[in-house]
Amino acid sequence: MTDMLALSNAAFGVLLALFVAAIAAEIGAIVYLALRIKRSKKTAAVGTDNVSLADSVRVLSPWRLVLRRFFRSRLSVVGLTMIVVLLLFIFVGPLFTPWGESEIDYSEVTSYSYKQITVTDSDGTEYTVFEMTEFVGHVNKNALPFTRSDAEHGNLLHVLGTDENGRDVFTRLMYGGQKSITLSFFTVILYVTLGIVLGSIAGYVGKWADQVIMRIVDVINCVPSLPIMLILSALLESMGVKQELRIYYLMGILTLLDWTGVARLVRGQILFLREQEYMVAADALGLSAPRKIFKHLVPNIIPQLIVVITLGLGSMVLYEATLSYLGLGFPMDVASWGRMVNSAVNNEVIKNYPFIWVPAGLCIVLSVLGFNFLGDGLRDALDPKMKR
Amino acid sequence: MAKYIIKRIFYSILVLLLVSMLIYGLVRLLPNDYVETKLFPMLNQGTVSEEDITRMKELYGIADNSFGGIVKGYFGWLGNALKGDLGISFKYSEPVSVVIGRSMWVSFIIAVLAYILVYLIAIPLGIKSAVKQYSVLDYSVTTFTMIGISLPGFFLATALIKIFAVDLGWFPQQGLEDATTLNEGFDRFLDQVYHCVLPMATLVILSVGGTMRHTRTNTLEVLNADYIRTARAKGLSEKAVVYKHVFRNTMIPMVTMMAGVLPSLFGGAMILENVFALPGIGKLAYDALVVGDIPFIMGYEMFLAILTVIGTLLSDIAYVLVDPRIKLGK
Repeated sequence: MTDMLALSNAAFGVLLALFVAAIAAEIGAIVYLALRIKRSKKTAAVGTDNVSLADSVRVLSPWRLVLRRFFRSRLSVVGLTMIVVLLLFIFVGPLFTPWGESEIDYSEVTSYSYKQITVTDSDGTEYTVFEMTEFVGHVNKNALPFTRSDAEHGNLLHVLGTDENGRDVFTRLMYGGQKSITLSFFTVILYVTLGIVLGSIAGYVGKWADQVIMRIVDVINCVPSLPIMLILSALLESMGVKQELRIYYLMGILTLLDWTGVARLVRGQILFLREQEYMVAADALGLSAPRKIFKHLVPNIIPQLIVVITLGLGSMVLYEATLSYLGLGFPMDVASWGRMVNSAVNNEVIKNYPFIWVPAGLCIVLSVLGFNFLGDGLRDALDPKMKR
Repeated sequence: MAKYIIKRIFYSILVLLLVSMLIYGLVRLLPNDYVETKLFPMLNQGTVSEEDITRMKELYGIADNSFGGIVKGYFGWLGNALKGDLGISFKYSEPVSVVIGRSMWVSFIIAVLAYILVYLIAIPLGIKSAVKQYSVLDYSVTTFTMIGISLPGFFLATALIKIFAVDLGWFPQQGLEDATTLNEGFDRFLDQVYHCVLPMATLVILSVGGTMRHTRTNTLEVLNADYIRTARAKGLSEKAVVYKHVFRNTMIPMVTMMAGVLPSLFGGAMILENVFALPGIGKLAYDALVVGDIPFIMGYEMFLAILTVIGTLLSDIAYVLVDPRIKLGK
């Protein structure tokens, strides 16, 4: 059991590290290119007076054109900022918060409840009085935002209060986001890869391979995914899959259910690209089929794939949240945004404690919105037909 | 055309067969067996014995859980289903088709009204924002669209309940009917509509964004077309260009999209119906899934799959009917 736990924690740590590295590299590349655009603009502006035309005209590579178009659109910059801020909050935030993911605040809380009672005196007059009952709890639950608690390691702040089990909401938001974003990232990478491979086989080989793969796509598209997820996670439970490992099974299942869109896109594009002149040239050169597919066909659909990946991240975050809202997916005490929203099912919580569930919902909206803005901006920037 | 449609129908039947096999297999593997869940307390009290449970399972046709048993069960189900008999639901103890037929209408009415509203709002706004691209209106429409697309349904529903039902008290929190009063006839209908306002609002907010975005993209594409330049060049007023030439061509993809919403019209929204506790088909299916009611799950899933297949087919046919330039079939 502990071995399993350690293994899964280690695996998750590796995934996390990979993810952070990938994101850092991506942001670094974008910033670097953005700076270069700025710099080249400056030199061009300075040099216009006494330099010949050939020097004043800059040659921009296609990718830099794309970046220029991307940064010109306000919404995509907003999206990028949202994602960067969110990633910082999720991955750097836990270093600064004093609370742990499932740490319960066991400090003593005194609460009072009032009850109105009527007392009759010996001479017959009635008094209405409030009876006050003092109640000392040992778990600081449903604390309000910006309250402090006397936990054993000092007087600590609950930025967003605590939930109904006495856990710090603000901290749980960070950990919930970590799980959700990492899961989404790897699921999207997996299903896009699967989609590319199967889609390009269907498009390139054609005939029976196309028939078989496209019929599988049809079947998966016809199956409503939410009921299937319900059945499959019940199955996972009955098969005795360890709670900590369930996330990896979930990744696998989501991958198997979601690759169809990418496969369709890739197949369609390859059917079109296959007829282009440069593929005739590739045929004439006698290149091997995998080389033709992965060196000459797939690179041509990378722009569309980037858009699909970005938008896919958004919808995967949404999907994961829905699953955990329904109580599937992550184990109970693990923080997750969807489950935090689900605590509003409790009448007491929805009436009086919006700080338990509203921030989690807003986090979901913000991250999905960020990815959607980013994806839309990239789509416009990558489209060569756009003249702006 | 006829040949193409026949071919498509043939493929659809094949796909439906595969879907039914897949779902039946999965459902039979479900751990929460209906009979065991139901009789477990009685078994503990000693009122029923193990043999009774086995006999019950045989009656329900779920006793043999080996591969052969599942295959046999599947063909039994398939044979009955082809005769139009979907079996009797374990949980609701009524024929599945009756339960589906009854609960479908709750979901259907909410969805139809919501979609009418969606189209009434989304199409004019989408066209406007495309015609005035990069204007304030366009930016606000785009932002609103994106927010709508990014909202999780359960969160929006909970937030609406919190604001309009719990805090303001304008609308009922859950359910389809007021349990405290007995309404008849038209009053009852009004009461039901009143209960459906919040779910409908949720559905509208969730789907208006996508439709708006679709309209905007299509309109932008049409606006760049050569015949629009011709229309402008021959001196038509901007109004005539937009409302006659652009609008009609924008509607081509929209019509096909409308045919594609068929499954969501009848299929119900599982999560929304759960949050609002509406007795629509989505909620019934969720409850059936939880207890392992095999005939109902099969009926529901196949109902959805058939709707999806018909929806895709209809949207392809609609495409040809609306746009004479497109020819089907190879």
